[in-house]
Amino acid sequence: MSAPPRSGGYLVVDKSSILPGSKPLRRWRAPAFLVRIASPLVLLLFWQLASQLGWLPSSIIAGPVQIGGTLWDMIASGELARHMLISLQRAVLGLLIGVAIGLSAALVSGLSKGGEIVLDSPMQMLRTIPSLALVPLFILWFGIGEFTKVALIVLGTTFPVYLNVFAGIRSIDPKLIEAGNTLGLSRGELIWHVILPGALPSFFVGLRYALGISWLALVFVEQINTTSGIGYLASDARDFMRTDVIVICLLIYSVLGLLIDGLIRTLERFALAWRPSFVRN
Amino acid sequence: MATYDLNDSRKPLDPVQLHHVVRQFGQQRVIDNLDLSLAAGEFVALLGASGSGKTTLLRSLAGLDSIDVGHLRVPRARAAVFQEPRLMPWKRAWKNVVLGLHLDNAKGRAIEALTEVGLAHRVNAYPATLSGGEAQRVALARALVREPELLLLDEPFAALDALTRIRMHELIIQLWRKHNPAVLLVTHDVDEAILLADRVIVLAEGKIAQQVHINLPRARHGGQAGFQAIRAQLLALLGVEPHAQAAPQQAQAAHG
Repeated sequence: MSAPPRSGGYLVVDKSSILPGSKPLRRWRAPAFLVRIASPLVLLLFWQLASQLGWLPSSIIAGPVQIGGTLWDMIASGELARHMLISLQRAVLGLLIGVAIGLSAALVSGLSKGGEIVLDSPMQMLRTIPSLALVPLFILWFGIGEFTKVALIVLGTTFPVYLNVFAGIRSIDPKLIEAGNTLGLSRGELIWHVILPGALPSFFVGLRYALGISWLALVFVEQINTTSGIGYLASDARDFMRTDVIVICLLIYSVLGLLIDGLIRTLERFALAWRPSFVRN
Repeated sequence: MATYDLNDSRKPLDPVQLHHVVRQFGQQRVIDNLDLSLAAGEFVALLGASGSGKTTLLRSLAGLDSIDVGHLRVPRARAAVFQEPRLMPWKRAWKNVVLGLHLDNAKGRAIEALTEVGLAHRVNAYPATLSGGEAQRVALARALVREPELLLLDEPFAALDALTRIRMHELIIQLWRKHNPAVLLVTHDVDEAILLADRVIVLAEGKIAQQVHINLPRARHGGQAGFQAIRAQLLALLGVEPHAQAAPQQAQAAHG
């Protein structure tokens, strides 16, 4: 490569014909995944070192090796699986009921003017109440059993689904509705072929929000008077200053959250295959 | 070349008939006491400035808008193609074509219709992957698969590039000859109207200002004898005075 010479009124670019990058000498490069996990590994190493040297007492936080050992014990004894299953059950049950209620309410108010008049304003009023603020009232009404726990998750997940599906139905391109009408679709066919598929992306947005909220509610409800579940494990561990168990509980929450998110992602990829972002891949 | 026909005789068999039709929005009369009929298999182009009532008229014929006064008769077997293809993005091309039809061999009919518009290779494509011209051809297939007696076209080529538009003009004539529906084409393009239609209607203030029968032999092109005369006449009716010497040179519009 040479510097462009100045000649008259022109800018001349004159590059040598040898392409760069064809150098015969190449240095060894670490694979990408190794580079990626290197810094977390170094951090873990430091953490372990700090624990072993006594800089981080286990009453503040346990070291990685101790956490790993406890995790293995809990897995081997089946204790972890039992609590995890119960937590998952609560979350999924609450989520299912909440989504079902939110979806039905959104369909009723989204598809009919009458439904909107009857349903929308109460829903809009109720949604402003943080669901966890209702805990005292729910405990008075339903006691402190399983029902209250699931009911709080239901309450938290209903509104994001309702709001998003309702908005999704109302924001469908009116030209597509018109096209449906010119094609002679009946009302039922219009709902099935045009409105529901059109509102599906918004439904998934609502579902994701609902998922986040259900997790939050789960952490909370499992710390009030329970004898099972990940939240119980954590609050029990607090009483015995078992920071290793607390960290494990946090890990479990995040792993379960990732799993369900992955599940929804897969569903989305399948159900929204027509979207340009998926189509191009 | 051009003949004027203000009192066209209304045969009882004309599939589209409008008598004294009025449509108004508030105080504004968009369609004002309009009389119009289309013969079976006739290709009519509707020209007019924006706000002349073209689109409102087409929408009433498509059943998307009602009329306030008058008598309107239109076949139930009608289909419309708009400026945007209006395909359901979540349905593959062939599903869009047969949407709303209850057929035994739906996919077969859809493939047939898509083959007719030259899209046999895009049967399973989602609309997001189609080009503008391809999407518009799917919309055309969706209209024709219903075997309409009346085909309504609302500026269907306006959003396409010039080359695609020429190909679409050829295609529409070919399909019109094969299926022979009455066609009402709303357009802004005077050349397009002369190239395609049997009769060009100029709409102004909700009334028929003028109509011109185009008796030029097909396939038409801009350099045909008489083409430029009709063009100048229609442009004058629309309020555009072309330069006298510019007219003969404009022979760029052509189709088969």
